[in-house]
Amino acid sequence: MGTVTRDATELDDQIGQWRQYVERSQTITPADIAEMEDHLRGQIDDLTETGLAPDEAFLVAVKRMGSVDDISREFAREHAERLWKQLVLSGASGTDSPGIGRNLLVALGFAIAAAVTLKSAVTWLEGEHFGRNLALIVLPFVTGYLAWTRRLRPGAIAAVAATYTIAALTMNFSPWRSTPSAPEATTEILAATHLPILLWLVAGLAYVGGQWRSHGRRMDFIRFTGEWVVYLALLALGGIVVTGLTIASFTTLGVADEDTIASWIVPFGAAGATVIAAWLVEAKQAVVENIAPVLTKVFTPITLLLLVALLSALAVRLDFADLERDLLIIVDLILALVLGLVLYAISARDPLAEPQVFDRLQFVLLAVALATDAVLLIAMITRIADAGFTANKVAALGMNLVLLVNLIGSTRLLARFNRGASPFSALERWQTGYLPVYGIWAAIVVFALPPMFSFA
Amino acid sequence: MANDGGTARLRGMHIDKDLVAASATPLVLGILADGESYGYAILKRVQELSGGQMAWTDGMLYPLLHRLERQGLVQATWGTAESGRKRKHYAITPSGLAALAERRQQWSVVADALDRVWRTATPPAVGWAQ
Repeated sequence: MGTVTRDATELDDQIGQWRQYVERSQTITPADIAEMEDHLRGQIDDLTETGLAPDEAFLVAVKRMGSVDDISREFAREHAERLWKQLVLSGASGTDSPGIGRNLLVALGFAIAAAVTLKSAVTWLEGEHFGRNLALIVLPFVTGYLAWTRRLRPGAIAAVAATYTIAALTMNFSPWRSTPSAPEATTEILAATHLPILLWLVAGLAYVGGQWRSHGRRMDFIRFTGEWVVYLALLALGGIVVTGLTIASFTTLGVADEDTIASWIVPFGAAGATVIAAWLVEAKQAVVENIAPVLTKVFTPITLLLLVALLSALAVRLDFADLERDLLIIVDLILALVLGLVLYAISARDPLAEPQVFDRLQFVLLAVALATDAVLLIAMITRIADAGFTANKVAALGMNLVLLVNLIGSTRLLARFNRGASPFSALERWQTGYLPVYGIWAAIVVFALPPMFSFA
Repeated sequence: MANDGGTARLRGMHIDKDLVAASATPLVLGILADGESYGYAILKRVQELSGGQMAWTDGMLYPLLHRLERQGLVQATWGTAESGRKRKHYAITPSGLAALAERRQQWSVVADALDRVWRTATPPAVGWAQ
């Protein structure tokens, strides 16, 4: 009896050591280890039955399990979302910390370049020139930083540069028809607001290192975008506090006035933050990984309440006659928010987990969003039939359609997933496959819509 | 490590690792078509079926099972073994059965073609010949 219990504790110790060793691999989760431990113990039991001593059986079983590095690599290949974590963390922890240091220096370089460019633009460009060029001024630096960290191939660099050149020529040399009352033409405002979407996808091309066909890399870009937004918001909050304190202290001292300080800090801070946020996502991704699920869980029910309230308000005001185009734009933004919540939920979710209550709640959110949009679209279409198309209506309706198709697809796939009829990865693939659609629509609004409405 | 980075380590006859990798999915699906099972039992069944000629690097089975799970071909549930250990069970899904049927057709085409090649080709040089 004595030897049996001693052997058993010894074996537990050995297995404990094996577990600790495997735990070091970032891509193998505790659940995977539990599964493999069950395997290991099953094998050891069988081997001891054939007459091997427990410690011999342990060695044979571990050897048959295979090299942890190889298994970890296989898991990483299978679970891209874990690989993403490993990519980020292996950079931060020891192995190539000089790389991180250099990345920070390069990020600071790009941030300063972005800040100086934006400040110069604020100083020298007149109102409407500044507005139409804003995306072209700030986003190249984020894109450039990403292209540098990815060692982008010349072909992809050429594609990025060509898009920027064509966009810059279009924005600055189109015959925009401005009037004294409205210095900016409607189509110009539309082009300026849709250009960032197109340019962000170009930044995505740099982010995925030119491998734009890979769904896994596209999913990484979606994650990157979500976390970039969170970091940017955090930096903005901090920036507001620091700016406020700076202005308060210097004006009290009488050294400088509010406008001078703000005119330097705001452009420098805003432009620099876009690059620094990109660097932070890469360097400290694990911090935000815990925020994204919280944000989704808090705002999904709140957005659902907002939509239900909006739907009831629409039902009360059944005379759609004076519904304004503005409402369509607001609903576009709400749909974009719903889509954002879906994307956050996808990026934070373990694709293998069973359907949970939250997935059902998200399905309800999507269904209500679709219902609201359907009501509104019916109203708008009758109105447009009466009043005809304008550039604004085409843009708002088109964006609505782009979002609507995405949300219909998401709703269908989420319903199937909740029923257990299709895996969660189908929803992921739908979203990654849909990415180019935003770019195509943005390109239409930037390049095709203005000539269609004769640049008015 | 006897493993050369591929999917399998072999005792006895050396079977090319690409061949082992290609046959792994239909083997696992076929075993699960018989009824739900768990990692170690699946592996033992593979050994039995191949008369001990095909033994995988055990750990490589799990990434494969997870891939099948993600593709929706198998469904996993956590349970408890008689010993009280936590154990992950795998069961084949309807789309897994469909995938198995498709693989089976593909393999029988390959096997038929190979069979004809073996019969028409010059007999292999064994032992003292050449």
